[in-house]
Amino acid sequence: MRIALFATCLADTLFPQAAKATVHLLERLGHEVVFPAGQTCCGQMHVNTGYQKEALPLIRRYVRTFAPYDVVVAPSGSCVGSVRHQHAMVAGAAGDDGLAARATDIATRTYELSELLVDVLGIEDVGAYYPHRVTYHPTCHSLRVLRVGDKPLRLLRNVRGLRLIELPAADQCCGFGGTFAVKNAETSTAMLADKMRHVLDTGADVCTAGDASCLMHIGGGLSRLRTGVQTVHLAEILAST
Amino acid sequence: MSQTFLGMPATAPRGVGNLRGDEPFPAAAHKALADPQLRGNLRHATTTIRGKSGRVIAELPDWPELRSAGSALKAATMARLPELLEQLEERVTAAGGVVHWAADATEANRIVTDLVRATGQQRVIKVKSMATQEIGLNEALEAAGITPVETDLAELIVQLGADKPSHILVPAIHRNRSEIREIFLRAMPGVDPELTDDPPVLAAAARRYLRETFLTTPVAISGANFAVAETGTLAVVESEGNGRMCLTLPDTLITVMGIEKLVPTWPDLEVFLQLLPRASTGERMNPYTSMWTGVTPGDGPQNFHLVLLDNGRTAVLADETGRQALHCIRCSACLNVCPVYERTGGHAYGSVYPGPIGAVLSPLLTGVADNASLPYASSLCGACFDACPVKIDIPAILVHLRNQAPHPRTEAAAMAAAAYTMDHPRLYAAAQHAAKLSRFAGRRGWGLPPPLNGWSASRDLPEPPAETFRDWWAKR
Repeated sequence: MRIALFATCLADTLFPQAAKATVHLLERLGHEVVFPAGQTCCGQMHVNTGYQKEALPLIRRYVRTFAPYDVVVAPSGSCVGSVRHQHAMVAGAAGDDGLAARATDIATRTYELSELLVDVLGIEDVGAYYPHRVTYHPTCHSLRVLRVGDKPLRLLRNVRGLRLIELPAADQCCGFGGTFAVKNAETSTAMLADKMRHVLDTGADVCTAGDASCLMHIGGGLSRLRTGVQTVHLAEILAST
Repeated sequence: MSQTFLGMPATAPRGVGNLRGDEPFPAAAHKALADPQLRGNLRHATTTIRGKSGRVIAELPDWPELRSAGSALKAATMARLPELLEQLEERVTAAGGVVHWAADATEANRIVTDLVRATGQQRVIKVKSMATQEIGLNEALEAAGITPVETDLAELIVQLGADKPSHILVPAIHRNRSEIREIFLRAMPGVDPELTDDPPVLAAAARRYLRETFLTTPVAISGANFAVAETGTLAVVESEGNGRMCLTLPDTLITVMGIEKLVPTWPDLEVFLQLLPRASTGERMNPYTSMWTGVTPGDGPQNFHLVLLDNGRTAVLADETGRQALHCIRCSACLNVCPVYERTGGHAYGSVYPGPIGAVLSPLLTGVADNASLPYASSLCGACFDACPVKIDIPAILVHLRNQAPHPRTEAAAMAAAAYTMDHPRLYAAAQHAAKLSRFAGRRGWGLPPPLNGWSASRDLPEPPAETFRDWWAKR
């Protein structure tokens, strides 16, 4: 299958290993991955901070860039959530019904990585090997916007050598929330403190998730406290052999 | 035919009521986060109620259908609210009640104060009511020399403590029993000076005080959970029986109800009376459901007044995205699942409506400029939407309100610049490299400039990678 990669601005800039791993994984599974030039950001930060007008060109850009492709994948539940639940809404609110219709169309072909693997490609064992103790944090937008359910866990359970340890209070937000982490930094930190406590309680070496953004937040806290626990994107684990 | 444009519906007026806080949410949260008593109480209470509610909801196989029914009924009600309100007025009047229309808090307070004055009484008993807290009725009555006595235990604790409610359902959630003992000793008339902080002893003290008050106060003020348009019936659901006392013992009953509390027909209550207790207290059924239709000769209050309160609700109804906030049945399920509320408590929201629903309802009622920080008091985690028994899409309203909120000038400039850059891929690639070169502040995020210093106060930034993904891809 020919799959267009939406790397997301965050992974492209700060966590290229997550996007690279997505490429390696899909190619290993026998698929062709393309990286459409001209892609930048889904615009979620603008929409969620109250700048829909500014987000509009980014939504237009996303639609234009990915229109030619049948299947689009992003290593982020949050960005796919924005594509699926915000793009058409923002376009419609701006009175651009044509854009809203095209955005809706592309949204139906845009998948988060675990959705692509399990729902579209029908695979739960990707042949990975990752000999570590791992706990999985289901990010809010994967869980409650995309409803990926246990797909990431099913993928992880099939990874050789991996010992999966259940995260207590897993469905609680880590406190990132985009600009929330800056605008309400103290409340965000209080939420992060509890998330870190739960991660540390598992005794895992690695905390994984399907979003580089939440991992940046959790990892930033774990690093600040010198806990020694690493944050690793789900794609990187699945790409490991 | 001449026409007069009456303008857009008014928002809740300033200077009256309790919909606006004294400081922005982050500043108020700063204090709350440092309060160990508050943090402990909230963690315990919200965790307990989440578990309880989850268990009783799981018993109902048709919970999703009930939620959909509740949502659809409320949407249908809002779509023809004017005619349903007039129907309610007609039925209540026909049943011997008197209906008053209050455009805002000031008018509602004046109507109620005048009604109490007309009875010649100096004291009224009150059923816990969000609407009267919203309009600041107690303050207005006190200014007129009338003493309101809250009869819900937690609301009484808040009142005697000269405090503000911090939860829709559990208004004294921020107090512990030793604080309650001190409040009772200080402010409860006739209290036993040997009072201990044993919960049954505290409850008994409140019961003794309240029973005497019930038996000697002939005027009561209530809110309403529901009003049935086709029958003119009002409904109050509660747990302690204090409401039943207030609704049946006095000669005069004055009910203040937001205009959105309506349901069209009697059978519609079947849906809401299943949704509310399970989502709210985690009970299958609330202990007391009181319903009354106007006046019944020789039985219960012989004078019944219904005050229909707008106070910004029509303005909310005019907001296509925001109007679903009027579907709220005040169950507080969204508070109990909210990770922000659990850590900051209700006072940080400033308004009597805290938590996720408050973060949308308060700015909708006042206009977003007067509660500009509230739409941002959420990580948009979506737990509130999942928990809401009438499926209010709170995250969508938050995003909608953020788009209307006044933005700090530097932030607006940065956002515009970021959007421009991201719409020009070559500029974007250049910016990626610039960011990498500056390495933000050298030492992994220590000392970022404002407003980003909020991040670096507690979190490291990732090590900038040697190359961006697109650089790597270009070299493949």
